[in-house]
Amino acid sequence: MSQQGIITKVSGPLVVASGLPNARMFDVVQVSNEKLVGEIIELKGDTASIQVYEDTSGLGPGEPVFVLGKPLSVDLGPGLLTSIYDGIQRPLPIIEKIAKSAYITRGVQADALDRSKKWDFVPVVSVGDEVEAGDILGTVQETKLIKHKILVPVGVSGKVESIEKGKFSIEEPIAKVGKIAVPMMQVWPIRKPRPIKKKLVPTEPLISGQRIIDAFFPVVKGGTAAVPGPFGAGKTVIQHQFAKWADADVIIFIGCGERGNEMTDVLMEFPELKDPKSGRPLMERTVLIANTSNMPVAAREASVYTGITIAEYFRDMGYKVALMADSTSRWAEAMREMSGRLEEMPGEEGYPAYLGSRTAGFYERSGLVKCLGKEDREGSLTVVGAVSPPGGDLSEPVTQNTLRVAKVFWGLDAQLAYSRHFPSINWLTSYSLYLDKIDDYMREHAGKDWPELREQAMSLLQQEAKLHEIVRLVGIEALSQKEQLVLDTAKSIREDFLQQNAFDDVDTYTSEKKMYLMLKAIITLHEVGLSAMEKGKTVKELSALPVKEKIARVKFIPESKMSEIESLLEEIKKIN
Amino acid sequence: MLKQYKTITEVSGPLVIVEGIKDVKYEEMVEVELQDGSRRRGRVLEISDKKAVVQMFEDSQGLEVKNSKATFLGKTMEIGVSKDMLGRVFDGGGKAKDSLPEIIAEKKLNINGAPLNPYSRDFPNDFIQTGISTIDGLNTLVRGQKLPIFSGSGLPHSEFVAQIARQAKVVKPDGMEEGNFAVVFAAMGITFEESEFFINQFRETGAIERAVMYINLADDPVVERITLPRIALTTAEFLAYEKGMHVLVILTDLTNYCEALREVSAARKEIPGRRGYPGYLYTDLSTIYERAGRIKGKPGSITQIPVLTMPEDDKTHPIPDLTGYITEGQLMLSRDLHRRGIYPPADVLPSLSRLAQKVMSKKTREDHSGIFNQLYAAYARGKEVKELAVILGEASLSDTDKSYMLFADRFEDQFIRQSPDDDRGINETLDLGWKLLSVLPKSELKRLKPEHIEKYWPKK
Repeated sequence: MSQQGIITKVSGPLVVASGLPNARMFDVVQVSNEKLVGEIIELKGDTASIQVYEDTSGLGPGEPVFVLGKPLSVDLGPGLLTSIYDGIQRPLPIIEKIAKSAYITRGVQADALDRSKKWDFVPVVSVGDEVEAGDILGTVQETKLIKHKILVPVGVSGKVESIEKGKFSIEEPIAKVGKIAVPMMQVWPIRKPRPIKKKLVPTEPLISGQRIIDAFFPVVKGGTAAVPGPFGAGKTVIQHQFAKWADADVIIFIGCGERGNEMTDVLMEFPELKDPKSGRPLMERTVLIANTSNMPVAAREASVYTGITIAEYFRDMGYKVALMADSTSRWAEAMREMSGRLEEMPGEEGYPAYLGSRTAGFYERSGLVKCLGKEDREGSLTVVGAVSPPGGDLSEPVTQNTLRVAKVFWGLDAQLAYSRHFPSINWLTSYSLYLDKIDDYMREHAGKDWPELREQAMSLLQQEAKLHEIVRLVGIEALSQKEQLVLDTAKSIREDFLQQNAFDDVDTYTSEKKMYLMLKAIITLHEVGLSAMEKGKTVKELSALPVKEKIARVKFIPESKMSEIESLLEEIKKIN
Repeated sequence: MLKQYKTITEVSGPLVIVEGIKDVKYEEMVEVELQDGSRRRGRVLEISDKKAVVQMFEDSQGLEVKNSKATFLGKTMEIGVSKDMLGRVFDGGGKAKDSLPEIIAEKKLNINGAPLNPYSRDFPNDFIQTGISTIDGLNTLVRGQKLPIFSGSGLPHSEFVAQIARQAKVVKPDGMEEGNFAVVFAAMGITFEESEFFINQFRETGAIERAVMYINLADDPVVERITLPRIALTTAEFLAYEKGMHVLVILTDLTNYCEALREVSAARKEIPGRRGYPGYLYTDLSTIYERAGRIKGKPGSITQIPVLTMPEDDKTHPIPDLTGYITEGQLMLSRDLHRRGIYPPADVLPSLSRLAQKVMSKKTREDHSGIFNQLYAAYARGKEVKELAVILGEASLSDTDKSYMLFADRFEDQFIRQSPDDDRGINETLDLGWKLLSVLPKSELKRLKPEHIEKYWPKK
């Protein structure tokens, strides 16, 4: 049911067309004979406002607009992994090939998934089985790391009338369910969350290998986290570290309005990184969405939805999915720009009044869920959003709206970044609302006394902050020996535990076990020091102990030589 | 046959509204013929079936509503480019500003460029030696990077940039320099003296032979500043990707560019974002900055050094703020160092080069990365101690703290301070770093690898 309208106005990425009485909100349109992709974002009578995902220069009134009568959707099926898409799921390598240029030219139409490639489909149901939406029909080994599960599409159920086995392209039917032929590929509108059976309360941490996060401000599988910070504070490095090391099955990384060179870095580095568990390239579990800051602004708005829809699709297979969006501020700015062009009444700082509801809607698509289907599959989708507050001012609307919905806050601190304390997450202002939910898990996987250890370390850091103020006023001599020891240990926690070098081969990732041993060593030394002090030792003597030096080097002990840390721990216990 | 419209109905600041038009396209070039026959150029900013909003590139002074005529040229803004542009000076519209004839174009290119496909980019990883210790040692510049200078009014950013432009070279691992280097210099709204300073600097060192200069002076039309950086970058792209040159683009002063953008936005009565700047300032700036980079399979590269003066030295002002979010780091200048007579007044702590890690110790000496971390941490500590000393008095400091204080002073005096004609090699900078660090107790040097300390620690 395609209709044709006529352009009446062009203003940047906004095109207004008339003669479209039957158009629906968020329908996809093709603008002009160049067929630029756009989406309807406002309707007035038979006039539609369209945000165009490509450069609009050279367009003018009188040119045609074609409404396709369907919402903006993504293709879902084997072939997603290892792909690199722009904001509306066009594969960048294919764009390069079609455009025959390093530049993104307009009107390039490219299939998101390779239609001709044959995948080896292995059925798991047989003829006569009763299936419903979400049930697994069969699997495709998409990459060595991930088995792609072909699900019964939403809205389809009944008896399996036929099921195939062998090599098929994604559009060929592989089964017939209740008279409907089912191919491997599904299409889903990006602005509509994929349905689930129900949401569950998450209890398992998403281990990132980053000590400050896993120890003090963990995020759970199915949780949400926000990383606000001024530029140069290391947001992007944290996001990259997360994408590299998080123990999720599938990673979706959205570069939303970010630097081109940074995306290139990701594109070039990820294929070379190896999964620490399987030794396979990390790219095999990753989908990248790159919409750099100079690419069309409207596509930036769509990119986060494109990403999260793909993430939900893998979640529905029962996988643990982690999605990183860098940065959601650029997404909000894209909304602001379109809102301004629509001449809507602005809310705070020019952002549209619906900023809060859109942000909440996006983060709420995360969660630990029971997937559709008869089988009780659990899948999780964790969302980590970077926020780039102007001037590092956290009171601005995007940060505030994000904090209202995100359960974990990693506050990046410019001051820490200046003193090259990385990751520059401020331990006094950050928080995680999941801490007590994961205690049982950590007791089992890190160490029996983990929660106590963690609290002790955190309290030392807090005491340090208070003592620092006193030192500033009256000097370190005014402190008691005990207090000086607190300062000494807190410094050790900061430098030897919290600081982590993302660019060091060993230090870049720390397991729960190693993390536990590291902190245990520091805290044990503190306790040993306290009792030694009662016997008359001074802080000076204690801090000159050779084990201090060894603790500082524990970071660089590889996971395979964990026993070295254990013996260091024994050595510390023997002091006295 | 191009149609001429006599239907100009409104002139407001740099904007002209033409009504009753037909077949006009968004971003199309417009030529307005004044009553006296002179012609001025503009482009379509917004178009509907009734009227076109045209932004003039030149002054609208003297423009009459009744007797002026507008012609829509049927194409978007293009400039002619040629290798002969090297050694020449142009104005903001791309017309020759020296008294030489206009160039003969090899090619016409759209000045807006197109976004580079991130997949087609090649990651920048060649070290550029600027001969300035604070840049090479601590905020290493990489070919294809965009590294802005955040300055303030009255600070010597012009001298600083000129020194970078004079001394910048790519040093290959074998110590050889690579040739085929060009500078594109884009000046927006700078004063006559500043412009003369740059031209003379380039002339004296012979650098003008490999430079293309675009100059818009403070009294030249404001709106020309909006197209000037784009023209300059189009020239740079031509030289880099079609002629295989390594181009250093210097844009000064971006603050003037943003002011011009605000002026046009205000004239269009758009809803303003922060401090009256348009909401799309980030996107707009990105279309300038993101034109730095390298392309897979092409020999050339574009490295950008934009200069901006922070109003009231405020880093959170929208211009430096949004710039910092797009560029790969920033070099900050410090008023405090400048007052104390230290040139270049590079403020090391808040400066950052995001790409430095990609070349440090990989394209430079093995100890570079360690030295960088150690110098940085030690200077940060030294500054902290100095602040403490102000409150508590020096007497209350520990011996270690005192050594940090001494380090910080020497660091500023020997490492940061450098005369404008001092071209230090990277190894010279690193050795200087070692020498300065040797005032600290060895046990404090936690960020250096023991084997490097062994090898490079200065022997007394």
